[in-house]
Amino acid sequence: MKTESKNVWRTLLALFIAVVYLAPIYILICVALKSPSDVSSYWKFPAQINWTNFDTAIHEGGILLALSNSTFITVCSVFLIVICGAFAAYPLARRRTRLNKGIKSFILGIMMVPPLSILVSLYSTMVQIHGVNSYWGIIMVLVTFELPLSVYLYSNFISSIPRALDEAASIDGCGPVRTFFVIILPQLKPVTASVVILTGIHCWNDYQFSLYMLQKPSMKSVSLAISSFFSQTTSNLNAATAGALLAILPVILMFLFLQKYFIKGMVDSAVK
Amino acid sequence: MRKKFHSQAIINLFYIPAILLFLIFVVFPLIKGVFLSFTNWNGYSQKYSMVGLANYIRFFTDNNVGTAFINTIIYGFGSTFLQTVLGLSFALLLNHKFRGRSVCRAIIYMPVMIAPLIMGYIMYFFVTYDRGAINDILALFGKEAVDWMSDGTRAVFIIMLINAFQFVGVSMVIYLAGLQSIPTMYYEAASIDGVGPWQGLRYITLPMLMPAISSAVMINLIGGLKLFDVIMALTGGGPGYASNSLSTLVQRTYFGSENAGYASAIGLLTFLFIMLISNFFIKRFDKREVTM
Repeated sequence: MKTESKNVWRTLLALFIAVVYLAPIYILICVALKSPSDVSSYWKFPAQINWTNFDTAIHEGGILLALSNSTFITVCSVFLIVICGAFAAYPLARRRTRLNKGIKSFILGIMMVPPLSILVSLYSTMVQIHGVNSYWGIIMVLVTFELPLSVYLYSNFISSIPRALDEAASIDGCGPVRTFFVIILPQLKPVTASVVILTGIHCWNDYQFSLYMLQKPSMKSVSLAISSFFSQTTSNLNAATAGALLAILPVILMFLFLQKYFIKGMVDSAVK
Repeated sequence: MRKKFHSQAIINLFYIPAILLFLIFVVFPLIKGVFLSFTNWNGYSQKYSMVGLANYIRFFTDNNVGTAFINTIIYGFGSTFLQTVLGLSFALLLNHKFRGRSVCRAIIYMPVMIAPLIMGYIMYFFVTYDRGAINDILALFGKEAVDWMSDGTRAVFIIMLINAFQFVGVSMVIYLAGLQSIPTMYYEAASIDGVGPWQGLRYITLPMLMPAISSAVMINLIGGLKLFDVIMALTGGGPGYASNSLSTLVQRTYFGSENAGYASAIGLLTFLFIMLISNFFIKRFDKREVTM
């Protein structure tokens, strides 16, 4: 009886928190569906649903192009992050020499570097090697700064695979390189899901790198398209909001369907 | 024996691509940045001259740097504090079995997926003066509307709150995983000894959660100290220079005032500062876990 009344309170409290957390999304939807001339409170759901904001976002804001640019950048980056990360993690997890320990702590140290602290020299280096306004430029930079997380996750995971498997393979005449491809690689599926999700979200949401690496309007990523839409002097906030809604829709939908993997990925990256 | 060593060492080749990327895009820029920080380069011209320590002297006398420095600490430590307290509370609440708890978890975690930049733009509708969502609520209680972002200090705290609000889900998820790994027999034994829920929290839950707390705090701290996107979306570092973090200050000094040499110096000192803080905390937490 007592626990039941406690549970009612818990449910109420959880409901309150949920309402607070849904408020931003609710307002986003309301603004996106209102006509720009509608000056009622943001809290009010539009009396008449207005889809023209989405038209404006697509035709004037170039959201569809930005979505496809971001998709391309994210897919390529994540692919490289997975490949380079899994490869780099294998020797770091299996051969614990002094050199490799040093390299591992160097790689993990990069996770702490705020990328903007080397903005000036990174940007001027990219200008020199013609990496600005090119897809490979932004992809390389994203891969570099997301790679430490990937190496960290993969090397923790590989360390948890029993060494006896490697030894058995070596007795059967398998070299260390083949061992990686035949024994280790097929087992990396669950951790790869975590890597793809975590780094994929970061690449999709990136603003700080694309802000100065992609200045050509035709190459805009989603974040850039949204930010230029919001900051235009004659800004149409409703259309900009519709664009923002389109930009977060793919990630939110993915999260709703793959929730378990998203949360597992987060926990994996935090707990050794 | 020798042959075996060689055949084993060959797998070291596997990390060459990663190392190359780090050398080209992190180490080389870092070294180049040290050089540039001693020049008066404007960011695009071919000509520049060496100015010695001038940029560093300027760093320590520049009021805008002081403000950005304090703000960065507020963004880092303020958000971390809130995320720890709220994240732990949410986790403790949602660790109980009741209807709707998994939905609630998902809802709290959802903002983590949203780009911080877009979160900033959404929050604009809450804090704006004219028809702002918060002012509308104030009006319900007969209070006057407030221009939230016009005051620098208040803007800093609002940005910190937004960051904490958005990423509290990360801490919550880590704490939930930690809570689930505590064996229930500890609580059973404690309740036989007549230990109340608060004492249980203080003497069982918190000590057992220390590893989870230390990783969550590190993640939050690193995220908060790097804060950039939300600030750009909401204030652009303004009014004036009042809500800059060190990251936005570097960006503005470089692209805004075309002072690349000085921006390099600010960036390098920011880098050192964040490395020092992070290492300090990593060591602290490592010790704590050992003595536990």
